[in-house]
Amino acid sequence: MKRCKEQAARLLFALSACVCIAAIAAICLFLFANGIPGIAKIGFFEFLSGSDWSPSSGAYGIFPMILGSIYVTAGAALLGVPIGIFTAVFLAKFCPNRLYKFCKPLVDGLAGIPSVVYGFFGLMVIVPFIRTQFGGSGTSLLAASLVLGIMILPTVIGVSEAAIRAVPQSYYEGSLALGASKERSVFFAVLPAAKSGITSAVLLGIGRAVGETMAVIMVAGNQAVVPNALTDGVRTLTANIVLEMGYATDLHREALIATAVVLFVFILLINLSFSAMKRRKTL
Amino acid sequence: MKSGQKLQSLILRSLVWLFAAITACTALGIVGYILAKGVAYLSPRLFAWQYTSENLSLLPAIVNTLTIALLAFLIALPLGIFSAVYLNEYARRGSRFVTMVNIAAETLSGIPSIVYGLFGYLLFVTHISGGYSLLAGALTLSIMILPIVLRTTQEALSSVPDSYRAGSFALGAGKLRTVFRIALPAATPGILAGVILCAGRIVGETAALIYTAGAVAQVPENLLGSGRTLSVHLYALWNEGLHTNEAYATAVVLLVCVAGLNALSSMLAKRIAKGRSK
Repeated sequence: MKRCKEQAARLLFALSACVCIAAIAAICLFLFANGIPGIAKIGFFEFLSGSDWSPSSGAYGIFPMILGSIYVTAGAALLGVPIGIFTAVFLAKFCPNRLYKFCKPLVDGLAGIPSVVYGFFGLMVIVPFIRTQFGGSGTSLLAASLVLGIMILPTVIGVSEAAIRAVPQSYYEGSLALGASKERSVFFAVLPAAKSGITSAVLLGIGRAVGETMAVIMVAGNQAVVPNALTDGVRTLTANIVLEMGYATDLHREALIATAVVLFVFILLINLSFSAMKRRKTL
Repeated sequence: MKSGQKLQSLILRSLVWLFAAITACTALGIVGYILAKGVAYLSPRLFAWQYTSENLSLLPAIVNTLTIALLAFLIALPLGIFSAVYLNEYARRGSRFVTMVNIAAETLSGIPSIVYGLFGYLLFVTHISGGYSLLAGALTLSIMILPIVLRTTQEALSSVPDSYRAGSFALGAGKLRTVFRIALPAATPGILAGVILCAGRIVGETAALIYTAGAVAQVPENLLGSGRTLSVHLYALWNEGLHTNEAYATAVVLLVCVAGLNALSSMLAKRIAKGRSK
């Protein structure tokens, strides 16, 4: 009886453990099964490199959205990565203990703010600022990059700080002992040693930026054309799905699911390089 | 020291302080701005039982958020905790199955919420039931929080010293009894911290819910009806584009909820750290 119960429990636990794998499999299956036929109908190259997206006239090219996602993410990284890494250095090496108790929760708090609130803040503060300073409507590539740059900060800071703290103290002390200043020791002895950790922090941040939806929709303008300037509106892959899924039918709907497939592949590639980075770190 | 090096050090130091200040100001700025603009509009009519286009009450949205969170936990907690128990207590460490589950969980946690939303829409809304519902939203979110529950439970379990288990076995307890009476109770604070973390994510989630739970502004009669959560409510207010003040107030409520949950989680985490150092 007791053996039987033990065996049953073991089986139950093992089955639960399979759910994660089953979930991934189901997500892949549903996305690909619903998206690939659409891509096939539109034509692979037509879909990926077509620069005209007008479902009403049957043109399904997502090139502007792919470019939009890349631009917005690059902008966010350009802004968020340097600020994030320097802040991580500050928290790990320069921050007085007293201040740390105040700063750390602040950064953690930034991570907890819901993305709609970021979007709303961007809409109310950043968009009007861009409108008055640079002209145009304000909802733009620049606004989206700024909002996303702020949003990836906690990810970049958190992971980088952990990586910097994981570097043996002896590196830092050795450098000090050789007569280098505190700053030189941190930036030229400790940071290079934390390089792989910081790279994974950046990758994680980029993954977040590519996948972010709500905040981007609210500030990016969402025009499905390739932007020519920083103040032009831009539409990302994620925005494309949310904006049109509500009323799409037939091939239009399939094209949107195919958009999600492209996004999914993007994210998988980023994740793969992230775990490759992590593996190299443990070696 | 050469003066060039001195200058370099000075520049680096000022950059570090400058960028840290920018981060701090951004965080304080966002929270401060939302609070300053929104608190004034927190009027009692925002908390009326019924939503009308006049009072724009957010109470139904709060009730829906709680319902969805509860349901998602009902599904994800047992699954996540049981899988963690299997991985930590039963499976051989480093076996191929364990690696596979870990990779799956890692991949799941990297998937953007809109992809979850689309998946939930395809599976729960179009394949299984006939429309948007709280249940579909909760099912979608339960998959989304599953990797977080799994990860935090694993961490909590692995911080329980093996001597506890050995002691339990020595007293004649079976594996199952040891898991439920010794390992899991000792890991509870860690698991709880993870649960609160998930609650924060659920409260803040929008993209995964728009096409699964829908955006009806009322509390539905049963779980198969559509209803919007607080975040979706804020998104809907933006979409209508008319009610900026109420949107500010909603954002304040959202921020307070999330901040409260975060504080609770970090308090628990601190208590664990304290307990460990004793």
